[in-house]
Amino acid sequence: MGDIRLMKGNEVIAEAAIRCGCDAYFGYPITPQSEVMETLMARAPWEETGMVVLQAESEVASINMVFGGASAGKKVMTSSSSPGISLMAEGISYIAGAELPALIVNVQRGGPGLGTIQPSQADYFQATKGGGHGDYHLLVLAPNSVQEMNDFVDLGFELAFKYLNPVMILTDGVIGQMMEKVELSDFKPRLTDDEVEQRSGHWAATGKKSTRKQHIITSLEMISERQEKFNQKLQAKYARMREEEVRYEEISCDDAEYIIVAYGVSSRISQKAVVLLREKGIKAGLFRPITLFPFPNKRINELAGHAKGFLSVEMSAGQMVEDVLLSVNGQTKVEHFGRMGGMIATPIEVVTALESKLIGG
Amino acid sequence: MTAIRVEDIIKPENLVYKKSSVLTDVPMHYCYGCSHGVVHKIIAEVIEEMGIQGEVVGIAPVGCSVMAYYYLDIDWMQAAHGRAPAVATGYKRVNPKKYVFAYQGDGDLAAIGTAETMHAVNRGENIVMIFINNAIYGMTGGQMAPTTMVGQVTSTSPYGRDIDLNGYPLKITELIAQLPGAAYVTRQSVHTPGNVRKTKKAIRKAFENSAKNIGTSFIEVVSTCNSGWKIDPVASNKWMEENMFPFYPLGDLKDSTRDDANTYMVQKLKK
Ligand SMILES: Cc1ncc(C[n+]2csc(CCOP(=O)(O)OP(=O)(O)O)c2C)c(N)n1
Repeated sequence: MGDIRLMKGNEVIAEAAIRCGCDAYFGYPITPQSEVMETLMARAPWEETGMVVLQAESEVASINMVFGGASAGKKVMTSSSSPGISLMAEGISYIAGAELPALIVNVQRGGPGLGTIQPSQADYFQATKGGGHGDYHLLVLAPNSVQEMNDFVDLGFELAFKYLNPVMILTDGVIGQMMEKVELSDFKPRLTDDEVEQRSGHWAATGKKSTRKQHIITSLEMISERQEKFNQKLQAKYARMREEEVRYEEISCDDAEYIIVAYGVSSRISQKAVVLLREKGIKAGLFRPITLFPFPNKRINELAGHAKGFLSVEMSAGQMVEDVLLSVNGQTKVEHFGRMGGMIATPIEVVTALESKLIGG
Repeated sequence: MTAIRVEDIIKPENLVYKKSSVLTDVPMHYCYGCSHGVVHKIIAEVIEEMGIQGEVVGIAPVGCSVMAYYYLDIDWMQAAHGRAPAVATGYKRVNPKKYVFAYQGDGDLAAIGTAETMHAVNRGENIVMIFINNAIYGMTGGQMAPTTMVGQVTSTSPYGRDIDLNGYPLKITELIAQLPGAAYVTRQSVHTPGNVRKTKKAIRKAFENSAKNIGTSFIEVVSTCNSGWKIDPVASNKWMEENMFPFYPLGDLKDSTRDDANTYMVQKLKK
């Protein structure tokens, strides 16, 4: 049995970073995720593992610090909440364009603009469809528990290095702020410079050796033919992610006539709604995408073959529902239910929405 | 009398100058008379002379020198517009033993990237910052820069820079010199052989400083952009001397290796 604690989701992100051998965290305070950096600063991991923690002057600076650290082949990360992620958009696009591994955590709050510090899931489009400019994708992980906040830090880095692509943990103010039991990961040492060289020496800027050509970390290509080829290479990488990295959880979906699709905190609420619906004799199930990109299209498409309807439950005006619609591809009914602006739906509201949108009327 | 043959001249003992081995053979894309190429050459020579080719990384900006990485045979990163000091910080913090230099134009360093510039220096990042001040946006076709002179005609100040509309040219190097994190701040030029030598000395000193962990070394090179200014290279040098040097005077603004005034290192030691 590992180290079991009662902790906040945000604190766990920090602890998991230290334990998985992260080399550096760069960030800027913003509610509801400031505990990530506060926890790191209090833990002072530079004395323990040598991990760097630096408060940047802005999210623009922190994401570009991530660019610099990642260029060296190091495990580097940042975290923020919605407005801060918007500021990072250009930098994230550069990281994707330069094919760098990096972990970015978005603890979503309500928008647009300064919006509210209360939880939200309104950054789904931004996270899964690009967010910055150009044709790129993040690999997006959506934890729905404090335990998964722990697990996805290590997983996120593994995937970032596997694909040389930025990975985002897309979570929300509830998961970030709530305390739950968590089994922390065991400590993994940070890689030594030799190990970094072994893992990333074929691309990273580790100082030009006489035995190899210079390494240039760039997203620039002035020749359109080559830029198109590079884009095709990126698309092939995303296709590989679609084949290999789709993750989801199904609860009572086998015999379900009505399937709720929900991620993050909405999946926790919807899980209760499924219980309530079953008590009423309605065969409901929960489908929880764990990777939002790549989205579990295939599985939803299969389930659509025997379901009477899908309800996408999100704390937004309806964003993921577009991916559900594409997955279902007209086979059956798809509806959206969501609260916005920091409001959190109750299980009863979800039950009522499902009944009225999919069954009644 | 026998004629002197070429073989008699090309001998190691006669070698007084050669292209730095750190410079690649890629023809530079810079315009004739542009200062970028000269500064690249100086950096290459310093890297070669210090024997640090495998220990140095450069950060290229967005601007005319975006492709500096083709010309210096070292590892490079190419940063977003203005963010080179943040990229340099991120790199240096996880690789403190490497020599890290950011190379930026005036739009990059003193407009869009002002925050990153000031804060990197204020933290006393042990990096070298090389600042090419050509008083214009070269790459995008000659628009007004933060350092454009009052009255200077550019494509976005076609009647000359007007202080009511655009404010004054920004002496960012003077601001930088105020920061405790700055170890060495100097302003040089590369328009004469003498000035090239001075700039080389300054750049060498900056790289040596970064190994001593005494804070940021910042070198402004007052530069020409004859294409952007739309005057020929020789006239550009004259224009720079007459118009820029009085406002951007050459010389050291701060040298904490000589005087200890309020520097990062002094404060660190006191702590
Ligand atoms: C975010 C962003 N804004 C604007 C640009 C367009 N742009 C490219 S280079 C440049 C100005 C470069 O001028 P300077 O830094 O003075 O360098 P120079 O080209 O004169 O060497 C601008 C505005 C960009 N690439 N990215």
